Formats: sequence, C-alpha cells, structure tokens
Amino acid sequence: MDVKGLKEYLSWLYYQYLLVTCSYVLEPWEQSIFNTLLFTMVTMVVYTAYVFIPIHTRLALEFFSGLFGGQHESTAAFMS
Amino acid sequence: MATTADLVSNGNIHRHNQNIDTFKSDAYVRSGFNSHCNKHNGKANGGLDKRPFKESFDQAPLYVAVLTYVGFGVVTLFGYFRDFLRACGLEKCYLAQEREEQKDFVPLYQDFENFYTRNLYMRVRDNWNRPICSLPGPQFDLVERVSDDYNWTFRNTGKIIKNVINMGSYNYLGFAENNASFLTTVEDTTRQYGVGVCSTRQEMGNLDIHNELEDLVAKFLGVEDSMTFGMGFATNSMNIPALVGKGCLILSDELNHTSLVLGARLSGSTIRVFKHNNLQSLEKLLRDAIVHGQPRTHRPWKKILILVEGIYSMEGSVVRLPEIVALKKKYKAYLYLDEAHSIGAVGQTGRGVTEYFGLDPSDVDVMMGTFTKSFGAAGGYIAGKKELVDFLRTHSHSSVYATSMSPPVAKQILRVLKCIMGQDGTTVGIQRVRQLTENVRYFRQRLQEMGFIIYGNEDSPVVPLLLYMPGKVGAFAREMLKKNIGVVVVGFPATPITESRARFCLSAAHTRGMLDKVLNTLDDLGDCLSLKYSRHKRSIQDRTLRRNSVLNH
Repeated sequence: MDVKGLKEYLSWLYYQYLLVTCSYVLEPWEQSIFNTLLFTMVTMVVYTAYVFIPIHTRLALEFFSGLFGGQHESTAAFMS
Repeated sequence: MATTADLVSNGNIHRHNQNIDTFKSDAYVRSGFNSHCNKHNGKANGGLDKRPFKESFDQAPLYVAVLTYVGFGVVTLFGYFRDFLRACGLEKCYLAQEREEQKDFVPLYQDFENFYTRNLYMRVRDNWNRPICSLPGPQFDLVERVSDDYNWTFRNTGKIIKNVINMGSYNYLGFAENNASFLTTVEDTTRQYGVGVCSTRQEMGNLDIHNELEDLVAKFLGVEDSMTFGMGFATNSMNIPALVGKGCLILSDELNHTSLVLGARLSGSTIRVFKHNNLQSLEKLLRDAIVHGQPRTHRPWKKILILVEGIYSMEGSVVRLPEIVALKKKYKAYLYLDEAHSIGAVGQTGRGVTEYFGLDPSDVDVMMGTFTKSFGAAGGYIAGKKELVDFLRTHSHSSVYATSMSPPVAKQILRVLKCIMGQDGTTVGIQRVRQLTENVRYFRQRLQEMGFIIYGNEDSPVVPLLLYMPGKVGAFAREMLKKNIGVVVVGFPATPITESRARFCLSAAHTRGMLDKVLNTLDDLGDCLSLKYSRHKRSIQDRTLRRNSVLNH
C-alpha cells in the first residue's frame, strides 16, 4: 500500500486537470466555482445515466425483438 | 511547361520534393515520409557540402487542439464573469476608467480588444518584462519580484536571482560580453567621441567611424556598398517607403515581422501576402500581377518587390532562397531580404543565408540586417549596389532625419566584424560560428529525441518548442524560473491561437554543461506537464546509439 506514491500520483493528476482546463491561471475562489460547477454537471450526467440507461436499453431491446420476432412468426405462418 | 520544380541553380538542375505535389513527372520518386502530419522537404543545395534542407512543422494530435480551445473557453467565460463584476461595482477595477461625465460617450478604455489583455494576459504577466540587472550573456541576474494582487501590481523583494541560464536573448555569437580586455577599443572610442552624436546623419552626425563601418559591412557581405542606421526597426519601416510607392506591388510573406509590415503599409503600395515559404503561392501571385497589372487601370506595375526574411523568429524556418531568386529572375521582380536573425548565425563563416545556400550576394537586390542579434550592439544596415545605397542616403527618412549610430556602438560592431572575418589576427570569430552550429545541432537533436514538437529548420538557432495550452504557458515559464533557467514564452497575438510556444535562442557562449542542464530540466518538466506530444519518438536503442555517436565526434 504505497499511500505516499498514490497521493503524489493523485496530486499530479489534479495538476494536469488544472493545466488542461486552464484553471491554473484562475484565482482560488474562481477555481472553487469552476470545480463545483463541473462536479455538479458530471454528477447529474452520471445519475441520469444510472437511472435511465437500463430502462431504455430494455425497452429498445423489447421493441426490436418484437419487430423481428413478429416477422419470423408471420413468415413461418405463411410458409406452413 | 516549366514549373518552379525544375529550377536551374548554380548550373545544376535539381528536383525538389515539394510539400504540395503539383507536378506529375515520372521521375518524381515518392518518398516514404511525405506523410499527412509531417512536411519534410529534401533538397540538395548548391553549397559546398550539399546538406539537405530539412524543416519540420509537426502537427499535434487532435485532442490537443480540442483541449486548447476548451482552456480558452473556460478563461473567456470567467473573463465575462469578472467583467460583469467590475461593471456592477462588486469588484475593484484596477484599470484606467473614464470619469463620470464621460460615461455616455464612446468608451475609451474598456473595449473588447482589451478583453484578452485584461482577462488572460494579466493573470500570467509575471512571465514577461522581468527586470534584468546584469549583462544578457549566457547567464544573467534577475530582480526577484512578487505580486500580492494577482499581477496587477508588482513589488521587488530586494533579492536578486543570480546566474539564471539565459535561453531567451538574441546573443547568437556570444558577443554580449563585458570583459574589459575585449572592449578596449570601445572604451577608447567613448573617451574620444563621447556617447551622444547630437545630430542627424545628414547634418553633423556623419562620423568617420560610420564610413569605416559601412565599408567593412560591404566587404563582409560581398556587395558594393552599404549604409547603417541607428535602429533596426526603423531601418525597415523607414526605407521601404523610400524604395517603393504608389503604383508598385509588394509581395510579402505571411509571417513577416511587424517592421516589414509597417514599412510596406507606410509606403502606400499595394500589398499581397503569400503563404509562408510557399513558392507556388508566390509564383501564382507573380503571374497574376504581371498578367492583370494594376487593379482598375490594368497598367503594368512600376515595381514588384518581394519581402522575405532570412530566418523567421517565431517559426525557426529558413527562407527558400535559391527558388525565390530563380523566380525573381524569371519574372523580373526585386528581392528584399531581411537578415535580422540570420546574419552571423548561419553560413560557414557567418555571412548569412546567401552563404548558407551558396548563392551570389548580388542576386539579392536589397540586403538588410540588424546588428542587435549576433553583433551584440544596436542598429541596422542596408547593403547592395552603390546606386541603391546612394539613393537611400538622400531619400530615406531614417538617414535624413534620424540620429546616427552612437560611436561606442559603431566601434563594437567594427570589433565584432573584424573578429568574425579574422582580421584581428585570431580565430575566435570563426570558432564561435562553429560552436553555435554545434550547439544548435546538439540541442535540436536531443529535444527531438525526447519527444517534443520543435518547429523549424535543423540549422536555425531559434528553437520554438510547442506548448499549445494556455495554462501550460504560464506554468512552463514559472517552473523554468524556479529551476534557474530564463525562457521566453509566446502566446496568442504573436502566434496562432492554438500554437503557443516557448522560444529558445541558442548562443555560442552556452557551454555543453549549460545545455545539458537545460535539456535535463526540460526532460523532467516535459514529463511533469506532459508536453511530449510528438508521434515520432525514437526507440531507446536508437537513442543510445545516437548519444554514443554524438559523444564520439
């Protein structure tokens, strides 16, 4: 359990995030506002994905299987 | 139909690998590395050693451009937010503001053009205008300053940061030195003539030192005559209006320096811009100009002047002089070559790009240069045929109205020229030129091995290292200063918005130890800030072989 190494790695990752989004040049209170906004948006996206994706995929699969399944039944009825 | 590809230079016909394939000749060999991201140009020059002309302008991966725009977007949003707070009065405004009575007028200060300065430049501006308190040699001293209110005001702490390695000064041959034994002639001149000239060249400012200097400059460059001016910027901006005027055409490179652009605009001629170092673009413009003539009257142009620079200081690229000379001879245009960065820094004996390509100096109609960079002095010169220089002596604004060069400065240039030409009896000059070439090659090679994206020609002493993202620009300069290395970083208005860079200027005075220290710091910093974007990283085995071969030389 290399806690110190892990902490250093995480602080390096945070530094990269600051550089890439150009929050490095902002003052500390502006950085807090930006981080809060970004965190809120990411949380909302994750929550929406968690709540809605399983239901939607299940409905979509049912819809498509109903389409093709129905077609197979009708062709089978036609053939026989 | 003859195209620019089949050029006759120095009596040999060369085939060039152009970066745009415009000719479908059977003899053209498709080389493997004409890939999408890399523009390599192989050409044998007419010079003695037939070195290939290698320039590269790699493109970074796409995510880098996207993230750069994201960074600028974030800063812009916060800029609007802070401007709103300042307008509301919730935040103190440090900028100049209009008085209450003027509020209904057209705004004087808080314009949109200043938006970028207010909201991005101010946040990182501690990396520019750093006060230097010593000679700008290979190492220098900086005044330490801090800011309590995020760079709106600075105060000196009283300490001095000593022996910072200087990677930003244009000290290519290392002649910015204060060794008393080298400067004895300059000291004697100051004792004899003083420092101020107190007159213009035409009135009483023409000293015998100026005539001696002009003769020596003409001899150095291999031309008939030359003329010197007190300021390099003024040489361009005041002499181009004397050479061309209304009814003439100026074809200027995209990335020309502001002094050339200003001179061209002041002259009143029509200006057309061709793409950087792109000969097809230039030829198309020349053909259109000759076929169609002046815009409405269709009369032929009085003169066509091509403005190019020897080395472009933001890109590190070298002008394609043999092709341009062939074009100008074919279409009977004139060529104005600004050798500000290349005089003294390229060429076997430091005589600039004409020597680098093995061309005759009389092929270039107007040779211009400055003494600020390789000569450690100040001022500029224009050289060429005697008729041209005699004309400029009477018709140029700079020669008639501007104060002439100060005597110690003129003497410094004389001493340096004699040193480079070997006339002082030593080989110091030519050793410095060789040392610079070696330093340039070593530095560029090591940086490319490490995986950075470097622009420009392999032989140019100006090395731009691409940083791309605005956050990294400030972080890079600050971290380098913490490690005692002073660099110049350049951002948006001077470069395209996605291509911010750090620009290194190498010097003959840099020792191998200093360069190694800088390179090792760059290696660490490149990993820490993740700047190694190049897709052409060499393998470790190749790197070891290359390092051994460099050591063996």
